[in-house]
Amino acid sequence: MGVAIHVDNVTKAYGKNIVIQGLSAEIKPGEFFTLLGPSGCGKTTLLRMIIGFNSIEGGEIRVDDKVINNIPTNKRNMGMVFQNYAVFPHMSVRDNVAYGLKTRRVPREERYRRADEILKLVKIDQYADRMPTQLSGGQQQRVALARAIVIEPEVLLMDEPLSNLDAKLRVEMRNVIKQIQHQIGITTVYVTHDQEEALAISDRIAVMHGGVIQQIGTPKYIYQRPANEFVSTFIGLSNLLDATCSNDTLDFGCGYRVPMTTLRPGVNGPVHVAVRPEEFTIHQDGAPGIPATVQSSVFLGMTQHYFMRLEGGKEIEVVENSDLTDILPDGAKVTLQIVPHKVNVFDAASRTTLIREEA
Amino acid sequence: MTKRRYSPIWTFLALAILALFIIFVVYPLALVLYKSVVDPTTNGFTLENFTRFFTRKYYTNTLKNSFSVTIVSTLISATLGLVIAYITRQYRIAGSKWLNIAIVVSYLSPPFIGAYAWIQLLGRNGIFTRFINGVFGANFGGIYGFAGIVLVFSLQSFPLVYMYVSGALQNLDNSLNEAAESLGANNFQRVTGIILPLVLPTVLASGLLVFMRVFSDFGTPMLIGEGYRTFPVVLYNQFMGEVTNDSYFAAALCVIIMAITLVFFFLQRWIAARHSYAMSALKPMQPRAQRPLPKALCHIFVYLVVLIALLPQITVIVTSFLKESTPGIFTTELSLINYETIFSKNPRVIPNTYLFGLAAIALVVIFGVLISYLAVRRKSVITTTVDTLTMLPYIIPGSVLGICFLYAFATKPLALTGTAAIIIIALTVRRMPYTIRSSTAIISQISPSIEEAAVSLGASEVRSFGEIMLPMMMPGVISGAIMSWVTVISELSSSIMLYRASTQTLTVAVYTEVIRDCFGNAAAYSTVLTVTSIVSLLLFFKLTGRRDISV
Repeated sequence: MGVAIHVDNVTKAYGKNIVIQGLSAEIKPGEFFTLLGPSGCGKTTLLRMIIGFNSIEGGEIRVDDKVINNIPTNKRNMGMVFQNYAVFPHMSVRDNVAYGLKTRRVPREERYRRADEILKLVKIDQYADRMPTQLSGGQQQRVALARAIVIEPEVLLMDEPLSNLDAKLRVEMRNVIKQIQHQIGITTVYVTHDQEEALAISDRIAVMHGGVIQQIGTPKYIYQRPANEFVSTFIGLSNLLDATCSNDTLDFGCGYRVPMTTLRPGVNGPVHVAVRPEEFTIHQDGAPGIPATVQSSVFLGMTQHYFMRLEGGKEIEVVENSDLTDILPDGAKVTLQIVPHKVNVFDAASRTTLIREEA
Repeated sequence: MTKRRYSPIWTFLALAILALFIIFVVYPLALVLYKSVVDPTTNGFTLENFTRFFTRKYYTNTLKNSFSVTIVSTLISATLGLVIAYITRQYRIAGSKWLNIAIVVSYLSPPFIGAYAWIQLLGRNGIFTRFINGVFGANFGGIYGFAGIVLVFSLQSFPLVYMYVSGALQNLDNSLNEAAESLGANNFQRVTGIILPLVLPTVLASGLLVFMRVFSDFGTPMLIGEGYRTFPVVLYNQFMGEVTNDSYFAAALCVIIMAITLVFFFLQRWIAARHSYAMSALKPMQPRAQRPLPKALCHIFVYLVVLIALLPQITVIVTSFLKESTPGIFTTELSLINYETIFSKNPRVIPNTYLFGLAAIALVVIFGVLISYLAVRRKSVITTTVDTLTMLPYIIPGSVLGICFLYAFATKPLALTGTAAIIIIALTVRRMPYTIRSSTAIISQISPSIEEAAVSLGASEVRSFGEIMLPMMMPGVISGAIMSWVTVISELSSSIMLYRASTQTLTVAVYTEVIRDCFGNAAAYSTVLTVTSIVSLLLFFKLTGRRDISV
């Protein structure tokens, strides 16, 4: 079930302007694969190369073993869900969903039977006879999804499908999408700029920046072991601290030294330590650590956030699980320790990770 | 929720505008309605005039003829307009910018000029006719009657459909195309299944405009129709004819033609309401690449149609610089004699055209902006009534409006017949619905909170209208005004009813010269008109930076 997509060394250029150069990625059969990145990073361009709306100037894209570079879109058998839904405004919900079957010359009765089946799957069968204008954004999104999967495509492509929905609906719809994708086991490529959405929905994520894939991995791995500083700050929040490294020990320069077990062998010299807000521990008893002053704090129920200033003037964010103890007052002096096995260390020059692969 | 209270000045303005409309639209119309059913001797109610019309073959035939030419011309222009709009939006056509201007220019000249130019080309003594008969030894008698009328109207009207559909195609989001493609639709399925149904309401709306224009135009069938009599020709003759001049019967004819246009107006509304989709494209269609052969065919087709549509204009401009030997027969000798004649003969014609046009535009803009503002932002029974009344002229053919005005303003207290005022008012009333529609669209795009912000900052309502709304509306209003100007100066059907020698305008002068067989003078007059239109059009493009036009 499901096909593999091999993106092999592809290049996209508009005239002399090269947007993507020599990009490669392997998408596994039945996988939910997300292209994640800030706007303009080339993620939508790549998606549109896969479906065929964008030409491919170099390299090739294969579905299983079939090169699809020159197959026209309407022969590729891929379903696509668009950002603005692109529901045909002049057709009823049922006709919208049945349209792809019509172009495949499926007999009328079977067409409607299958359309109704899918409408049930996405839970909008009660609106089958309505016109799209009578539907809300979330319902239109379901129509778009139903329309894309009813043709039993080899690949399902989604271009920021949730970005026009409100926050609550977005969470609801992403669960719907994930559940349906899982149910039919179709290879899916999903484009988003929303990292939380990507973490929640994907089997694997490719983080893109400047037309280059920065890292491919599971949501958990990308969050915990980012390949470089861009990934570490784009996915979640990271405080970057300067340190030097020698003999598997990080020296923060204020008498605070931390032995490490996760580093590659032979790391030496200046590094950036990426510490997520929850990877600090706060100490008020003068224990060794990085000295910091509380600037302000926010209580969010489950967690307690502190905005602190380090001695060099750097601003950082620290999160603790909330407790019954008093909240630290603004101006309080503390020392911060890090959780060594969780933090990431990047080379100060190349800004790529110095953590061992298996760590 | 409490209703916001507005300053009473708006109500006052609305009432003043309402009064003007009652005097200049409702009263003349009511008078014609009254005349059509009243017996002039007994002053009693009678349907005599209508019975007379519908029982005589001579009259009913004209109706049949009118419907035939109108339906055929509308179908041809809708097809041509649609196809050309699609080709120019979907494919990269070389020189499409100039093509666009050429298409608009061919639309902006009055249809009867096309009729007389085609007579020069394909009439009994036409250049092409003589050529065909000479080379092939054929006995082609020239294109008159049904074929001639249809030829002129189709070529003259397809640009209207083109402009509307081209605009609609631009608002069609490309992701709909892409969605269809991703679902397996080929080009043909995509065009017939997605694009056509989505632009159909626009095709119908522009088709209706073509229909009303063609149905009520009398200049063209008058010139090229010969024995093929259409309804507006009979109406004109009935009213202006020296032999028969039964104003009560003419009133009945006016009522009949208005009833017909009214029916079609509502028919179109009804269809459009059932198939209208609010569309605004995030990503408009991009021109696609084409293989060489289809590409060449598309170019040939588009250029050929546009060239044929422009032929009348070219003919007119060329012949305006030629000397006539006998009336209607041009020599090949270049001369400016035609221009000398028209400038010495009636020097008022050109100033009249500019003056009346500018005055009418000023009135149209002032009232148009006010009425649409009142209708959108100060909704009340009065403003809605005004808004509805302003749509009336939309369905009144120009010649009928002219007749209405002649009946209504012949005697005191409003004896306007023969004055410049009556022509200016007629032009204003005719153009008003279009300006109001476009201003309404402009106002709807400005958020009400902008005005509320001005008021919250201490501006009065009148001041926020003047200092905030007006400046924001101006770019749209000015570009609309230029287009109104171009259509107003080429207006014939009401001016021809209302003019005197002292209030002759260019179109009227062209028409009267053609009727007198002074083709040289007519050509010179219409060249002045064409040049004015083209200059205005270029100004429009320059000012707005736009490439598209809606009339």
